[in-house]
Amino acid sequence: MIPSRMKVILPGISGLLARIVAKKLLARGHQVVGIDARPWPEAPEGIVVHTVDIRKRGAEDIFRTLRPDAVIHMATVTHLRQKSEDRYRINLGGTRAVWDHCHTYGVPHAIFVGRHTYYGAAPDSPLYHTEEEPPSGATTFPELADLVAADLYAGSALWRYPEITTTVLRICYTLGPSHHGTLAGFLNAPRVPMVLGFDPLFQFMHEDDAAEAIVVALEKKARGVFNVSGPPPLPLSVIAHAAGKKTLPVPEVLFRLVLGRFGLPGLPQGAIAHIKYPIVIDSMRFKKTIGFRYEYDAEATIDAFTHPSTT
Amino acid sequence: MEARERVDRLELPFSRFGVDNYGISKKHLALWFTVLGALYKDYFRVKAHGTEHVPRRGRAMLIGNHSGGIAVDGAMVIASMFFELDPPRLAQGMVEKFLNRVPMASLWFNRMGQLTGLPEHAFRMLEDDRLLMVFPEGARGTAKLYWERSSLVHFGTGFMRLALQTKTPIIPFGFIGGGDAFPTVFNAVELGRLVGAPYVPISAYLLPVPLPVQLAVHYGEPMRFDGTGNEDDKVIESKVELVKARIADLIEHGERVRAGFLSLPGRP
Repeated sequence: MIPSRMKVILPGISGLLARIVAKKLLARGHQVVGIDARPWPEAPEGIVVHTVDIRKRGAEDIFRTLRPDAVIHMATVTHLRQKSEDRYRINLGGTRAVWDHCHTYGVPHAIFVGRHTYYGAAPDSPLYHTEEEPPSGATTFPELADLVAADLYAGSALWRYPEITTTVLRICYTLGPSHHGTLAGFLNAPRVPMVLGFDPLFQFMHEDDAAEAIVVALEKKARGVFNVSGPPPLPLSVIAHAAGKKTLPVPEVLFRLVLGRFGLPGLPQGAIAHIKYPIVIDSMRFKKTIGFRYEYDAEATIDAFTHPSTT
Repeated sequence: MEARERVDRLELPFSRFGVDNYGISKKHLALWFTVLGALYKDYFRVKAHGTEHVPRRGRAMLIGNHSGGIAVDGAMVIASMFFELDPPRLAQGMVEKFLNRVPMASLWFNRMGQLTGLPEHAFRMLEDDRLLMVFPEGARGTAKLYWERSSLVHFGTGFMRLALQTKTPIIPFGFIGGGDAFPTVFNAVELGRLVGAPYVPISAYLLPVPLPVQLAVHYGEPMRFDGTGNEDDKVIESKVELVKARIADLIEHGERVRAGFLSLPGRP
């Protein structure tokens, strides 16, 4: 069955993953209206981008006049781009605004695009996380607290606004030609630093598969919380070597000192747990409910990252 | 090389990178089993009896006694499943939580499929038709002193609930000789606290190295139990007692074989 044409508002459209989502929606015949404080100058014809903050009146006006069929909320930011206070306001205030507008203007479906780092990395946590697990990430990694809160807040819409089909997606790291994202940022450095004696599994999927998962979640109108992942996870060292990078194992005591120096990527201190212990999600529910299948295996995904021009 | 060749024959879903979906790595397994093979065959000269009771495929739980202050028993059970079965199987144990914090130990245990001891891990392994190895005595079992080496301490009930929930057959085993290989005379709890472990076992000769004593493991026939895993403690405990009694029999039989009272290949 070909899903009918939908009017979709996409807050955070100027992000790299959101742009791929927008193009996919357009190609499938949906009407896409973006909201982002950052511009998208080369946006394809047919995609309207409003340069406005999601929390401002101008954004609400778009909901009122367009009366969309769905909203895909991708206007959350990570510690890599914003200082903590702004980030808190953007992530929580923005999420609240999206669901409040959906409620006020009768939007039937709203999707929160979250991250698998919600579960946190800890030595005593299970290797595979299911959707029922509470977040443990914020305790060791305070920079994640606002994203965890936004995820839970969006999830609370399931009972606060039962008339809205709310979908919360917790997507693993993405990798691909854009070289964008947490894992890509880590692999972009000439040497990949590792904590000596640790080599955690990393779970990643091609950014095109991640965007496809979001589009399919929209078209299937999946209600609830879903982990989204692609191929099975791999140890960080294996990923780095497959991407043609050298690893640099550093004892933990020194690790904190060398980050951001000597050509190594900079990371907040809390992120060290993420380089010692894995965050791996069980996405069986998404696969079963939605019937989602990833297209790119681990090798093809790493290849798309290392050779962006050939893919 | 035998270890490498047998790793290739393990029926695990390794990817093109030689890693399965739990991070078990062929490269690490081959290295580890090369070392373990030398210990198994030449150093401890382990005799494994009754390996035919272990199913070649599908979920199963190896349940046995702890023997010896350091994990020689677990390592040798894993080695026996790898070197004696055809095709080889990887027995996956449940590792003490503190070890996942220790550099290198964390990496190697994970690459060898020896995951942290969590109910979620045990459940997932069985649902995935893996071979799980559990010592229901836990750390209390490895803390047995030399003169307690043939006894069994309290058995936890978690393994039985798990077996019922996942409809997994239990293969009981008795491990013989670990207490002689590593005769613990004292458990240093304070020292353990310093390194994050429950305790550090101190051997009669102080060195943390096991003696080259001959070891044996006796596997018994599979035991199957009916239930949901949600029964009252009393019901579960009665089933656990059956397994414990069976393991006690296997130990007694093993001790007799070892002492030369029974001629091989005898089985209870």
